[in-house]
Amino acid sequence: MEEGNRLIITVLGHDRVGIIYGISGVLANTNVNILDISQTILQGFFTMVMVADFADATVGLDELKLLLDQKGQELGLRVTVQHEDIFRYMHRI
Amino acid sequence: MQFAVSKEEILETINMVQGQNLDIRTITMGINLLDCRQDDGEATGRRVYDKITRVAKDLVRVGEDIQRDYGIPIINKRISVTPVSMLVNGFTEDDIFKVALELDRAAAEMGVNFLGGFSALVHKGYNSGDRSLIQCIPRVLAATERVCSSVNVGTTKSGINMDAVYDMGRVIKQTAEATADRDGLGCAKLVVFCNAAEDNPFMAGAFHGPGEPETVLNIGISGPGVVATVVRANPGCDLGELARLIKNTAFKITRTGELVGRVASKRLGVPFGILDLSLAPTPEVGDSVADILEAMGLERVGGPGSTAALAMLNDAVKKGGAMASSYVGGLSGAFIPVSEDAGMIRAAAEGVLNIEKLEAMTSVCSVGLDMIAIPGETNACTISAIIADEAAIGMINRKTTAVRIIPAPGKHPGDWVEFGGLLGRAPVMPVNASSAAHFIARKGRIPAPIHSLNN
Repeated sequence: MEEGNRLIITVLGHDRVGIIYGISGVLANTNVNILDISQTILQGFFTMVMVADFADATVGLDELKLLLDQKGQELGLRVTVQHEDIFRYMHRI
Repeated sequence: MQFAVSKEEILETINMVQGQNLDIRTITMGINLLDCRQDDGEATGRRVYDKITRVAKDLVRVGEDIQRDYGIPIINKRISVTPVSMLVNGFTEDDIFKVALELDRAAAEMGVNFLGGFSALVHKGYNSGDRSLIQCIPRVLAATERVCSSVNVGTTKSGINMDAVYDMGRVIKQTAEATADRDGLGCAKLVVFCNAAEDNPFMAGAFHGPGEPETVLNIGISGPGVVATVVRANPGCDLGELARLIKNTAFKITRTGELVGRVASKRLGVPFGILDLSLAPTPEVGDSVADILEAMGLERVGGPGSTAALAMLNDAVKKGGAMASSYVGGLSGAFIPVSEDAGMIRAAAEGVLNIEKLEAMTSVCSVGLDMIAIPGETNACTISAIIADEAAIGMINRKTTAVRIIPAPGKHPGDWVEFGGLLGRAPVMPVNASSAAHFIARKGRIPAPIHSLNN
């Protein structure tokens, strides 16, 4: 099987000013390209799902996770980074 | 390529992992050791160590990488090997012991918590290697930390080797006594099978069967918490609808395992064997098969209705899982170990769940009387008789059954044994005191059953 380079970044927490700015700033600094963003308020929680291309990133996945995690803590949010295939596999044949 | 998964589905996946303990229970690498046979135990052990540490050197790292990339926890990385009795035929017990020590050393070096395959397949009879290996089991399980042992005493095609059943009662007692300082922990690493699966990735019963390729990766999934959440969220639906919901959930859990298996296989350059569709509980709260049965509507697992609820659950998991993977194998069924499942522990401690009901439940699920602590004074013939009962269920019903039972030294009904970690803790359960000594002492072989007159 082929492993692609797309990541799903999910951000959960209380809504506030500057979430997209904060998260996308980390991605811009590490040269991760955002392909799609959607956000909603689900059951009172701010929920953002990003699809991002990791192919030309300047850092490894470990470091990207760490940076996003730090930014998440700063903003009071939980940030999860996962390869997109996990979702594709789980929900589609 | 378009990304076609909805936000709701993404959040569902994240919830399964973060809130409901969805994980991959084990990636188990099977390794053939037949080319390691040398003239004595020391030389054979050295070859065994070299081969395992060469072939499995990337296993743990790749497992951790996949966990990081996909955000799905992979709890255990393990190794299974050719049944050791096949490479020690003609060796003395001391030689076999040396090989076992090297297995333990290799497992530690590779960073795996268990290595399975100190095993013998004796369903029709012993060769001299089998006999020596079985004699050696108590000593090996006491002296090693990571080595797991299993003995196959029966199959549907060949019947039950009652000589082996007789011996295993004694071996289990000796193993408990050899590890008395740890509540008989050695017995938690020893499984007696009927119809053992050659590609089972789960411990303590994993071994790399003689029909397997040189190396192979088998994946064991988990996810009782995810199924329990779905069942709890639907208290009003009838059982047909509930079966459908469980199937859908099992599908999703299994797909995760399929993905991990394929990625791991590619990254390690080792063929993907099978996915084992088992609901494997852990002692952690929210990761219990008993909880699912109770969410289905039982007041406590072990009461009337438990067998029917378990049968339906087990079947629905298989139906959903079979759609999700091309290669399903191993044990594939819900596990009902007592010490490893918080709900089972609760029911046993309250006296609702007894050994007889567990035995009935094993006839409709995987895999057998598992992780049950019994009084240390239980005699060897009674343990043999329990093994014979369980093996008979497997033989007649063409399924895998097993006994992993711990006669905890010095403990009585109501006392507790503590194994720690994934092996958990358990109340000592009473055993029916009626003797089967005469029956067990007859030995010989129970003939293979007829299978054309099916009622």
